[in-house]
Amino acid sequence: MSTYRERIRQALGAKVQFVQGDDACAYGAILAGCTFFAGYPITPATEVAERMSEILPKLGGCYIQMEDEIASIGAIIGASWTGVKVMTATSGPGFSLMQENLGYGIITETPCVIINVQRSGPSTGQPTMGAYGDMMQARWGTHGDHEIILLCPSSVQEAMELTIVAFNMAEQYRTPVLLFIDGELGHMRERLVIPDDSEITLFDRVRAESMEGYKPFQVGESLVPAFAPFGSGYRTYVTGLTHNEQGLPRTSSPAIHDKLVRRLAAKINDHTDDIVRYEEFYADDCDVAIVAYGITARTCRDVVEEARGRGIKAGLLRLITIWPFPEALVARWAERVRAILVPEMNMGQIYHPIREAVEGRCAVRLLAKIGGELHTPTELLDALEELSCQPR
Amino acid sequence: MSTTLTLKTAAELRTTHLRQEMFPTIFCDGCGLGNVLNYTLWAVEQVGLDLDRTVFVSGIGCSSRLTGYVNADGMHTTHGRALSFATGIKAANPDLNVIVFTGDGDGSGIGGNHLLHTIRRNMDLTVILVNNFTYGMTGGQSAPTSPTGSFSPTTPYGNVEHPLDICELAQALGAPYVARWPVSVPSQPIKSIAQGISKRGFSLIEMMAPCPTAYGRRNGLRGIEPNWQWYRDHTVLVDEYERVEQFGSPEERAALRDKMKIGVFQDIERESFGDRWAALVDRVKL
Repeated sequence: MSTYRERIRQALGAKVQFVQGDDACAYGAILAGCTFFAGYPITPATEVAERMSEILPKLGGCYIQMEDEIASIGAIIGASWTGVKVMTATSGPGFSLMQENLGYGIITETPCVIINVQRSGPSTGQPTMGAYGDMMQARWGTHGDHEIILLCPSSVQEAMELTIVAFNMAEQYRTPVLLFIDGELGHMRERLVIPDDSEITLFDRVRAESMEGYKPFQVGESLVPAFAPFGSGYRTYVTGLTHNEQGLPRTSSPAIHDKLVRRLAAKINDHTDDIVRYEEFYADDCDVAIVAYGITARTCRDVVEEARGRGIKAGLLRLITIWPFPEALVARWAERVRAILVPEMNMGQIYHPIREAVEGRCAVRLLAKIGGELHTPTELLDALEELSCQPR
Repeated sequence: MSTTLTLKTAAELRTTHLRQEMFPTIFCDGCGLGNVLNYTLWAVEQVGLDLDRTVFVSGIGCSSRLTGYVNADGMHTTHGRALSFATGIKAANPDLNVIVFTGDGDGSGIGGNHLLHTIRRNMDLTVILVNNFTYGMTGGQSAPTSPTGSFSPTTPYGNVEHPLDICELAQALGAPYVARWPVSVPSQPIKSIAQGISKRGFSLIEMMAPCPTAYGRRNGLRGIEPNWQWYRDHTVLVDEYERVEQFGSPEERAALRDKMKIGVFQDIERESFGDRWAALVDRVKL
């Protein structure tokens, strides 16, 4: 009898494959130990569901196609409370529908992963074209004060790797974690190398150890409560209402609300060292920097080399974690450079927190592009050249 | 034939099945939700459900607060979405018993689409849908079940819409077990909830429960007694309904028009999602 990890290998197939970004997200989820997926078909994210529906039953897991995205996120949150690792995948319109239950996932501290393969909006927009128009919705789409974790890979390989990271963060901080790609990356095929188990670190949510004195939402130093799955005899009550440490509704106490909501924020904000991921190129020898993320950052990597060949001291800060926003990191770059270029596949979203972090230390220029096409190297080079003439 | 049941006393049931720290309840005088909770717990006891292995799930509204009073795992979710969460719980761990409390607004208004598809999928859930004809928690606005002509803060000149018969819908969708009872009769709902819990697949027990505070006072049903009398006057057992429809005089048939059928409408067998999924996994599992 083979082990579960061996069966995962068998289900995923060859170690080196030529697959789409959507496939890679599914593979990452399976490698992370996801056994439950609920979703609803939507371009350009459907292939994530297709892969999960194919693989999960082979591993004894559960795939369920729900009636809409509201139900999809509801189902994964419910499933997560039985103690399993869960995921759903969608695109902009579906992500809009998920907003209310996303907030429910946050306040109930439910580990879950949501993949958003972004397309152009508003509304139905351009279903088959890539975009990064949901970056701010990720941050503030659900109502009320909250923090969120959002990761943005730049390649098919990284989509798989970061999906595993997303699961780990969801488990560790007991919160929904978002992983955003776009239609371009989701449907692009490239070489994917499936890592060996020795190369994968997995984190499982901390379980309650004793019923004695256990309170489902009481925390220690980590600010993350210990988890007791449904059916384990702990008789946990979970509610989206403001609740006390016992989990019972306390909706009229300003102090209890204040304590709960600030803790939910602090459990993420106190761990930015662990959560914030990024990549730097020429950080110490840079005059004009690009701050980019997602598929755009990929073009920027080559453009920086090209610009340096033309005598422009260009550098690149590739943001991998978008939320919580790496303010201190961007501020450090702003200290050193003449100007920052922010190319985005939207009309300017992450541009705003960047300007906030820069606080006037250098010029910040937005290079917005919408309509579904990627930034061309020429567009980026021209903008860099113009910025390099900017007075310091 | 006689069956001997060793049941707990009411006092014992209170101690073992209720979450003491949640009392007193938020419910108003004359509200039927206490009866629904009472009947549910008696049914749970009759079936012999292990509360450690039972999850109570609810949405938003007065009836959805019931989960909090049960001493078991409970999930009080978002408005209308209880069935999605319950589906996830049951699909991920089919060994758990999942009981859903919802209301007419929660379950058939904002959550109507989930109701439709959860029945179609035949999830093995027991849904206790409390119908009080109104959105009680927000102050008694008109609901999908509010009778035509009824008054509410959002239908101050009378409701012009047609009410939804949730049981007819569930029956048409093929729910294995469908029943409706007013809270004014205790033993039938207990039996139906117990049958629903035992049924493999989706079961719906609609409980007609009064809301004297928000609905009643605008519709001549203030207090408990007029509400319970209304149930006596406006409900008819399904067998009698069908008899009159077929063989009744024109006057008898006309009298049916403002009556709601009560009783067990459907009790059939149908493979559940869980059974089919388990068979599929057996077929393709590595």
